[in-house]
Amino acid sequence: MISLARASSFRHGIHPKDQKDATSRLPIERMPFVGEYVLPLSQHAGKPARPVVAAGDRVRRGQLVAEPDGFISSALHAPVTGTVQGIELRPHPNGQRMPAIVISIDPFSSQRVESDIVRPNESMSPGEVAALVQRAGLVGLGGAAFPSHVKLMVPEGKRVRFVILNGCECEPYLTCDHRTMVERPREVVRGLRLIMKQVGAERGYVGIEMNKPDAIAALREEIAADGDIEVIPLEVKYPQGAEKMLIDAVFHREVPSGKLPIDIEILVQNVGTATALADLFDEGRPLIERVVTVAGPGVRRPANLLVPVGTPLEAVLERCGGLLPDIHEVILGGPMMGFAQKRLDVPTLKGITGILAFTSHVSLIEEQPCIRCGRCLEACPVFLNPSRLAVLTRNEDVTGLGAYNVLDCFECASCSYVCPSHIPLVQLMRVGKAIVRKKAVSA
Amino acid sequence: MTGSPAKLEITTAPFLHRGLSTSRLMGEVLLSLIPVILTAAYYFGVTALLLVLASSAGAVLTEWTFRGTGRGLATLMDGSALLTGSLLALTLPPATPLWMAFVGGVFGVALGKTIWGGLGQNLFNPALVGRAFLQAAFPTVITTWTAPRGGFFALAPSTLAWPLARSSTDVVTVATPLGLAKFESQTTDLAPLLLGNVAGSLGETAGLVLLVCGLWLGLRRVFDWRLPVATLLTVALASAALHALDPARYPGATFMLLSGGLLFATVFMVTDPVTTPITLRGAWLFGIGVGLLVILIRLWGGLPEGVMYAILLMNAVTPLINRVTQPRRFGG
Repeated sequence: MISLARASSFRHGIHPKDQKDATSRLPIERMPFVGEYVLPLSQHAGKPARPVVAAGDRVRRGQLVAEPDGFISSALHAPVTGTVQGIELRPHPNGQRMPAIVISIDPFSSQRVESDIVRPNESMSPGEVAALVQRAGLVGLGGAAFPSHVKLMVPEGKRVRFVILNGCECEPYLTCDHRTMVERPREVVRGLRLIMKQVGAERGYVGIEMNKPDAIAALREEIAADGDIEVIPLEVKYPQGAEKMLIDAVFHREVPSGKLPIDIEILVQNVGTATALADLFDEGRPLIERVVTVAGPGVRRPANLLVPVGTPLEAVLERCGGLLPDIHEVILGGPMMGFAQKRLDVPTLKGITGILAFTSHVSLIEEQPCIRCGRCLEACPVFLNPSRLAVLTRNEDVTGLGAYNVLDCFECASCSYVCPSHIPLVQLMRVGKAIVRKKAVSA
Repeated sequence: MTGSPAKLEITTAPFLHRGLSTSRLMGEVLLSLIPVILTAAYYFGVTALLLVLASSAGAVLTEWTFRGTGRGLATLMDGSALLTGSLLALTLPPATPLWMAFVGGVFGVALGKTIWGGLGQNLFNPALVGRAFLQAAFPTVITTWTAPRGGFFALAPSTLAWPLARSSTDVVTVATPLGLAKFESQTTDLAPLLLGNVAGSLGETAGLVLLVCGLWLGLRRVFDWRLPVATLLTVALASAALHALDPARYPGATFMLLSGGLLFATVFMVTDPVTTPITLRGAWLFGIGVGLLVILIRLWGGLPEGVMYAILLMNAVTPLINRVTQPRRFGG
């Protein structure tokens, strides 16, 4: 039994029900192949990838189909063996039509991974490894899809002493990282070691919330007597998985406002990303699939699925028994920071952690006047005053928004969650940030 | 087919909510007032219930009259007007004429709330604005106290007095524990202060009931616990220190905490979110300020009780407190 008193955490935050029971004990299943895959060229932070195939080309599963365009960009690989149908404008989860490589499956192929990528190994220089990681299409699997190689290249004049693997998975419903840690502890630890070696870190940590005791046990067993890696059990609290909150929870140190973790010699990576890195080193496997949690009150048979990137949402939902008839919203990502979808023919992307279906929507409850109860201040993990910022946004008070540090908001939505007046606080913060940024550009 | 995409709604995150609402918060406070009102009825008879009704009627009618265009029942459904009316009634002496309670409710909501722009916009606690109005307009009535346990259906002649008629003076007046302490240097025992068998305003006499209500609201996180804790701690520490200096002149901490309207106001007015600081450090400052002002007015001022003015004064500086206690920047 892990003692509650020892659980570390950041300050403020919220305690939504974790809602993870539906999927946290279900082993990861492989999503069967479907007929057509859609790979938007833009599914990572940074510049879209540049296609290297054309309509009619035969591609093998794992083959490079689009290469990185610049440093902050990543590659794409065929999720199946088949034929490129074309490069077309297709519905993207961001609500727009975006250029995408469409691949139809070859139903008679064995679907063995036959990648043409070069496997990195531990005798290579950090620069060589980073280039191969970029070429393998690795991006952060925690949701932001930031190209992983960028974080693996320590800039001149900086150094990384500590690496934290993020196993918090603080968003309710999601259990894909949980299952990854329970089922693949060896690869998680292997990935952590590779990251530590790559950036020259002294120590590694895995931060895991206490609602995942089996993951904590599995990783502790894997680490065994290794002195330089430690599992840190954390209190169950949202938004602990946010980089700056996790660092506060593990080290009780604050990343300076406007700075990155590397500025205090720390690097944070998601556990899924570490696993993908281990698979790249040991199997030569590019990022062509990821674990996705399908859950929520509107899903008939919740599951954790290993889904090839580019699989249409509706195929994934069908695999889970389909949606209940009174469905209102389908969300990509977690319920606190995810995005609602209008159509289900959009593809799953590398950054999609979950597909959630809800039968009601809380965000449509009528707003009441603010009673200045201060619950939003008590919830905000970066110590903002959302109540005040909401007023400043409505007044378009650029000076005030700047003075009250609106740009520090990372939109975790804890303020909206607790507000008894149902004021759309985080939405107003987004607008407030946009107002300040626009002013900065025009000034 | 996996559900028709045409039916899907698009809203933005978050898709979860804690489930709190302003009307539920007001409802919890109203609920916790029920034992207070029943205790008042036990000691002061049916008058207590009539005063609550009269004051609430004034408050609710005023709220309804001044509702914004397009705001129908919503303005009443949040329960805030009913709460203002009930709280005001419970701060009144038992023999207050019903019409005065009604007028207090009207002025409390009109001057204390609607002219500021309605719920959430007001600077001062509306119930206390109503009471301050009554105290200014009818200083004698508002400081005339009758003894508890006069019979359940016994009405003081003043209760049913006509508006603006000279109220009859034939009530048997007694002094409150604070009045006794200030003007006659008499102390009151602990038991009556806890149980409520003393003279005073309707809701303020039974310390034990108020403590339980306060604990219940605090544990259910209806209010910010820092506000009442800061207030009571300040009064307790300051009066204990003074009592240690000169026990003959300054009453002890227990008496100061349990007498007068301190507990009632601490549980139900110091905790009003709208008129108190929104910041966490501000909450401490506000409570400390109220505590010090209460001590100052009670011990060195001309009045035996000063809770009302202490809170109204601190209400006035709340925007200032908010400004100087903004949270520090994370990583700043």
